[in-house]
Amino acid sequence: MQGRIHSLESFGTVDGPGTRFVVFVQGCPMRCAYCHNPDTWEMNAGTLMEPEYIIEQFERNKSFYKGGGITVTGGEPLMQLDFMIDLFTLAKEKNIHTCIDSSGIAFNPDSPVQMEKMDRLMALTDLVMLDIKHIDPEKHLELTSQPNRRILEFAAYLNEKQVPMWIRHVVVPGITDDDKYLFELGYFIGQFSNLKALDVLPYHTMGVAKYKKLGIPYKLAGVPAMNQNKVIEKKQVILEGIRKRRAEQAEQGSGQEEQAGQAAKNSK
Amino acid sequence: MRPEWTDFVSGKWDKEVNVRDFIQRNYHPYDGDDSFLAPATQNTKDLWAMVLDLQKKEREAGGVLDMDTKVVSTITSHGPGYLDKEKETIVGFQTDKPFKRSLQPYGGIRMAEKACADNGYEVDPEISEFFSVHRKTHNAGCFDAYNQEMRACRSSHIITGLPDAYGRGRIIGDYRRVALYGIDRLIEDKQDQKDSTGRVMTDDVIRLREELSEQMTALKLMKQMAASYGCDISRPAANVQEAIQAVYFGYLCAVKEQNGAAMSLGRTSTFLDIYAERDLANGTFTEEQIQEFVDHFIMKLRCIKFARTPEYNQIFAGDPVWVTESLGGVGVDGRHMVTKMSFRYLHTLTNLGPSPEPNLTVLWSTRLPENWKRYCAKMSIQTSSIQYENDDLMRVTHGDDYGIACCVSSMVIGKEMQFFGARANVAKCLLYALNGGVDEVTKKQVGPKYRPVVGDVLDYDDVYSKFMDMLEWQADVYVNTLNIIHYMHDKYCYERAEMALHDRDVKRYFATGVAGLSIVADSLSAIKYAKVEPIRDEDGIIVDFKTTGDFPKYGNDDDRVDSIAQDVVHKFMTAIRRHHTYRNGVPTTSILTITSNVTYGKATGNTPDGRKKGQPFAPGANPMHGRDTHGAVASLSSVSKLPFNDAQDGISNTFTIIPGALGKEDKVFSGDIEIDLNK
Repeated sequence: MQGRIHSLESFGTVDGPGTRFVVFVQGCPMRCAYCHNPDTWEMNAGTLMEPEYIIEQFERNKSFYKGGGITVTGGEPLMQLDFMIDLFTLAKEKNIHTCIDSSGIAFNPDSPVQMEKMDRLMALTDLVMLDIKHIDPEKHLELTSQPNRRILEFAAYLNEKQVPMWIRHVVVPGITDDDKYLFELGYFIGQFSNLKALDVLPYHTMGVAKYKKLGIPYKLAGVPAMNQNKVIEKKQVILEGIRKRRAEQAEQGSGQEEQAGQAAKNSK
Repeated sequence: MRPEWTDFVSGKWDKEVNVRDFIQRNYHPYDGDDSFLAPATQNTKDLWAMVLDLQKKEREAGGVLDMDTKVVSTITSHGPGYLDKEKETIVGFQTDKPFKRSLQPYGGIRMAEKACADNGYEVDPEISEFFSVHRKTHNAGCFDAYNQEMRACRSSHIITGLPDAYGRGRIIGDYRRVALYGIDRLIEDKQDQKDSTGRVMTDDVIRLREELSEQMTALKLMKQMAASYGCDISRPAANVQEAIQAVYFGYLCAVKEQNGAAMSLGRTSTFLDIYAERDLANGTFTEEQIQEFVDHFIMKLRCIKFARTPEYNQIFAGDPVWVTESLGGVGVDGRHMVTKMSFRYLHTLTNLGPSPEPNLTVLWSTRLPENWKRYCAKMSIQTSSIQYENDDLMRVTHGDDYGIACCVSSMVIGKEMQFFGARANVAKCLLYALNGGVDEVTKKQVGPKYRPVVGDVLDYDDVYSKFMDMLEWQADVYVNTLNIIHYMHDKYCYERAEMALHDRDVKRYFATGVAGLSIVADSLSAIKYAKVEPIRDEDGIIVDFKTTGDFPKYGNDDDRVDSIAQDVVHKFMTAIRRHHTYRNGVPTTSILTITSNVTYGKATGNTPDGRKKGQPFAPGANPMHGRDTHGAVASLSSVSKLPFNDAQDGISNTFTIIPGALGKEDKVFSGDIEIDLNK
């Protein structure tokens, strides 16, 4: 099955472990106010590409990707489940590390057809980087035009399947930097034993130029870029939340023991 | 065994001069991290403050603080010089005081005079007269032998940067020998070498015997020089301080006598670590003391200076010495060669701050220990002062005791040397091919009067075949010019100190170089895949091009054009290999110039790839600026396809990236953001 691709990047260094070949898929239902790739929103644009072609592009330079692998981002990769299954099937045949960078918005537990595909894809996926934009349902809706219920359900689903997960969170001044919600976010993700890393990113304004070019109004006009040092502080707040949840889990009864043990192991 | 060698594992090295054998039997690979490193001592801080002050004064004085105009520099020409004798644990300057540049006229008196004049000094008239009338220089020798064609190629810049007026450099003495064996043993060894030359006095044997005598003289002078600082290097070094001092004295002698285009140090850290480990075990010195010796040693290397002209500085983009030191790497037995001393060398970037000199070069292998890799990455992020080279590639040819001269030239220490050969401008050669040897800038007939290209559209096969003919000519005049240069350099400006620290029978690389490769690749690609119409001036000379349509560009992992680049390198090297080389040097080439690409661009007219007259070349083997549009790996991949076998002197690629694009929170590497709940 062909994929609808926005672009390929041969040298990704911030999209998962190691140096990675990054596939930007075309199409996303979210309209995050700070999205820096608005050119990947449109569902019917992009170039159709065969999974074989993409793997071939990876393979010809695979010596660069030792310790890395393929990351599919976008756009929203989970909007193209059939393509993703084909791509990752090929990747796993070649022993390539596979990673999905997703908002989780396309997760649909009510559809057995979708879920069957999702199960198959997750069996082929080594890492999911889940971007939780906001822990509060209303603020999430405001920020992204979509509710966050399924996104949070997706995190639980990944835990159930024990697919390693990184949580990403972009800190935007005045919008997603409230300590209350950051702590809540930490408390929420603290329950998952598949959580391997927390990647807190400062909001930057590099995407603005793209909006201009595309003629799309930029909702965050005037919001300054996030200070790097502050982000490190904000990360600590999220970590506090994680710690609290883990401490509670450790205290809980025998039913939770196994999970808590896992969590402790993950926290080194 | 000698008393200085107590506790060392015996082997071939104590019966013959064989530093590698000593290292392999005695070094301890270090897998740990950087936590053992010691901070700068108060003495180190005081001394470094003095150096910074001198640097400031030098800048304020316009780039040069002091120059010697009367005393011709030799190993023993100057008495000892100090920053602060009481505080220095490693001593020695090129002249009798720091930051005073020495007078070195053997490469060429005019260059020496000009270097002084341009900085507001005047060479003593007696010295000028002596080197103009009584004693011939390397530069005078070259011009006596050059033919008309060579001179024309030189002035039109189709061959550029030739070391015919200054020291060729790129020779690395095995300075470790001074520490391990002491000078007396090395003189004995040289005497044996001289006694064992052939008995029939051919030119070669006569020259060899004279050179060996010169080398022995240099060794004797080294001893005297060291004695003037109160050090005895006639015997082996007995501890790590003496070993570092002896290595430095060896190097210092080289830079007292040679103002070379690159004066590199070699591969000293793992060697010196053997002494450090012994001293630590015996309680002779503490880690703080050893780091202090290293800091002082590196500080001295940062103070190496030469008298140079503004033009020279322009070609090389500054005033580089290329004190290259090669660190790490992996041995042929599979053990990595990282030691604590490798860490200590890089740690000087913390204790003394970042610096381009010495050019600390990590010989990189995928099999280096993880802690070392992390430390290198950390120091690179903090200081941007580390160079990396591919050990896995070079070990195949050179084994595990080679070092880098200048930026990429690899050679086995003490066993191989290089005749440095500047560069052939192949972009200009392509234009000569179009114009039948007429220079597109000066309109002079410089190359052979071959048939120029006719017609209104450039035909690939026609241009390619004419280019191959012209390349053949260029290689011919280039190699012959270099033959003269190296003949004269050996004759009038022989590197006796460096060669005294080599074996008798060295392998000589005859290095050549290529500039403008990406322009040629893109130009030929344009002619092949787009439509290129030549625009002729009133004299019928092609001076510009009109290109219609798109064409594959080098730097995008596109085999259609990458194969052209590979082919040009191979054809150039094949043409070079066809020639006789001075002293049977083994021909190599490099795809280099990370500094002179601007100057070369100025001397080259419009090219069919769309580059305009005067625009800089891309550095080294880089794709042209902004033409690599498929990301870094695609760009690097194009470069990595160039055949190393045909460019064994090195392929350089300049790669710039903002730190944030490589990892987050600066300290954290990508993929290393595990949750640490203990913080």
